[in-house]
Amino acid sequence: MSVTTLPTLALARRQPSWLARLFDYKPFLIVMCLAPAIGLLTVFLTYPLGLGIWLAFTDTTIGRKGIFVGFENFQYLLTDSLWWNAVFYSVVYTAIATFGKFALGFWLALLLNNHFPFKSLLRAIILMPWIVPTVLSALAFWWIYDPQFSIISYLLVDVLHWRTTNIDFLGSPWPARFSLIAANIWRGIPFVAISLLAGLQTISPSLYEAAMLDGASAWQRFRYITFPMMMPILAIVMTFSIIFTFTDFQLVYAITRGGPGNSTHLLATLAFQRGIAGGELGEGAAIAVSMIPFLVFATLFSYFGLARRKWQQGESND
Amino acid sequence: MTDTVAQPAVADAKAVPDTMAWDSGLRRLMMIYLPLGCFVLILLFPFYWMAITSFKPNAELMNYREHNPFWISSPTLAHIKHLLFDTAYPRWLWTTMLVAIGATTLSLIASTLAAYAIERLRFRGSPYVGLGIYLAYLVPPSILFIPLATVVVQFGLFDSPLALILVYPTFLVPFCTWLLIGYFKSIPYELEECALVDGATRLQILRRITLPLAVPGLISAGIFSFTLSWNEFIYALAFIQSGANKTVPVAILTELVTGDVYQWGALMAGSLLGSLPVAIFYSLFVDYYVSSLTGAVKE
Repeated sequence: MSVTTLPTLALARRQPSWLARLFDYKPFLIVMCLAPAIGLLTVFLTYPLGLGIWLAFTDTTIGRKGIFVGFENFQYLLTDSLWWNAVFYSVVYTAIATFGKFALGFWLALLLNNHFPFKSLLRAIILMPWIVPTVLSALAFWWIYDPQFSIISYLLVDVLHWRTTNIDFLGSPWPARFSLIAANIWRGIPFVAISLLAGLQTISPSLYEAAMLDGASAWQRFRYITFPMMMPILAIVMTFSIIFTFTDFQLVYAITRGGPGNSTHLLATLAFQRGIAGGELGEGAAIAVSMIPFLVFATLFSYFGLARRKWQQGESND
Repeated sequence: MTDTVAQPAVADAKAVPDTMAWDSGLRRLMMIYLPLGCFVLILLFPFYWMAITSFKPNAELMNYREHNPFWISSPTLAHIKHLLFDTAYPRWLWTTMLVAIGATTLSLIASTLAAYAIERLRFRGSPYVGLGIYLAYLVPPSILFIPLATVVVQFGLFDSPLALILVYPTFLVPFCTWLLIGYFKSIPYELEECALVDGATRLQILRRITLPLAVPGLISAGIFSFTLSWNEFIYALAFIQSGANKTVPVAILTELVTGDVYQWGALMAGSLLGSLPVAIFYSLFVDYYVSSLTGAVKE
């Protein structure tokens, strides 16, 4: 490669313009290289993040610049039963969906870690729910949860005769909540399974051989080899999953829009309803900001997961 | 479960004595193929349902007594025709494509340069810049969309697809940068040293040595960004008002869901058509998807 490029390189060296020399000056080049990424992230991420926290302390509405009102928004939220409702459901939603995703995803990863024909095809098919736009698969779930023409009701009532009436999936609070959680688990399984599968494939088979020579049972091999070796990647994937489940918006907005009777609002959908649809930017921002403590908690979880990995496997093992 | 039972499942199938072969075959069926089959069935069923609904005439759609809901007796293209000719669907597809390509290009340029600076130019504090960009990935759009909406209005970009092209890199750049840092790491530094000794400038090195070797990484980052931008919802919902400028996911939900009687055929046809581009893209680059997904998690 270097042989073919040599003549042009030599040419460039013979007549270095001041521009070429400037771009070869390392500090300048570093600044130039970082400028687009840092610029975009500062203007559209860091600044809005700060602005959001500021807005949460003002009474801004759409079309009117707000004034600083201190903790008034947050004090109001603490007395607002809808906010408490959203916090409650966000936590329930995240807890059950994360548990479901990881239990089923881990199981699927263990299944995929076996040898069988068409393995890569199967792996490709399994990622589909994760690739397709969430809103569009959520619409399919909305149709599956239809009160009259739900295919699940049809199966249970007309095919299996287990029930006599259709299930009202989205009509009352708890069924609606669990229907949304089921859709979220469905969407999350592929990501968890494929990430964990990557982790499983890095575990050295010699560990299992050694354990089998020592007479470890299948459960013991899972408990004392697979699980501890998977801890680091589990911690990272779980952090991502918790953060993006807790702040989920699309599924709920597409399927129930927070209904029935505001029972399925997550903090994100409540923030949207108040902030954008209702025009109360300050209050919406306060709801969004109230998610931050939970997210910080999840990030710390990730940090300690990572720290533990470094401690277990040494610094250079990346 | 004792180890005598567990061993055949793990040990190589050829090593198992013939007397146990049937037993282990049945065991494999029950422990692996059956659950796998259930997983695949459940994970794919919504797509099957989406697809079959889009080709069903309305009469069949609402009548389970006379028609088996799992099959179509007289398939129709009416829903798709309605979508393509009676709604602004082609326009929405075009906007979405434009936004996805714009945001992907912008993110790829920004993150290639950033990853190169962090991984190859190695200055003091470069790990911290990398960490900062990683942390940016952990900031979810749900807490940003309200202040971002005011920023977008300030810039006079409200209701313009350009707003989306500029905003999507906030979640694409961190992801792509980390992916590309990983790829750049795998390229031997000696290649660059040789070129430096030969008198190449840094930019020539990036253009002629590092980038060609990082092409798989660039493809991974590109298709991933494209998919994520295509699927993005909350920003597109908050920043775009007029029907013509909406992206497919938002438009289907806000423009096609009208009144109390849902046009399920048209809705599902819209979802199917909206999913097809990413599905086709995905089937062409499956391996890149899997490697970028797992690569990004490992980093």
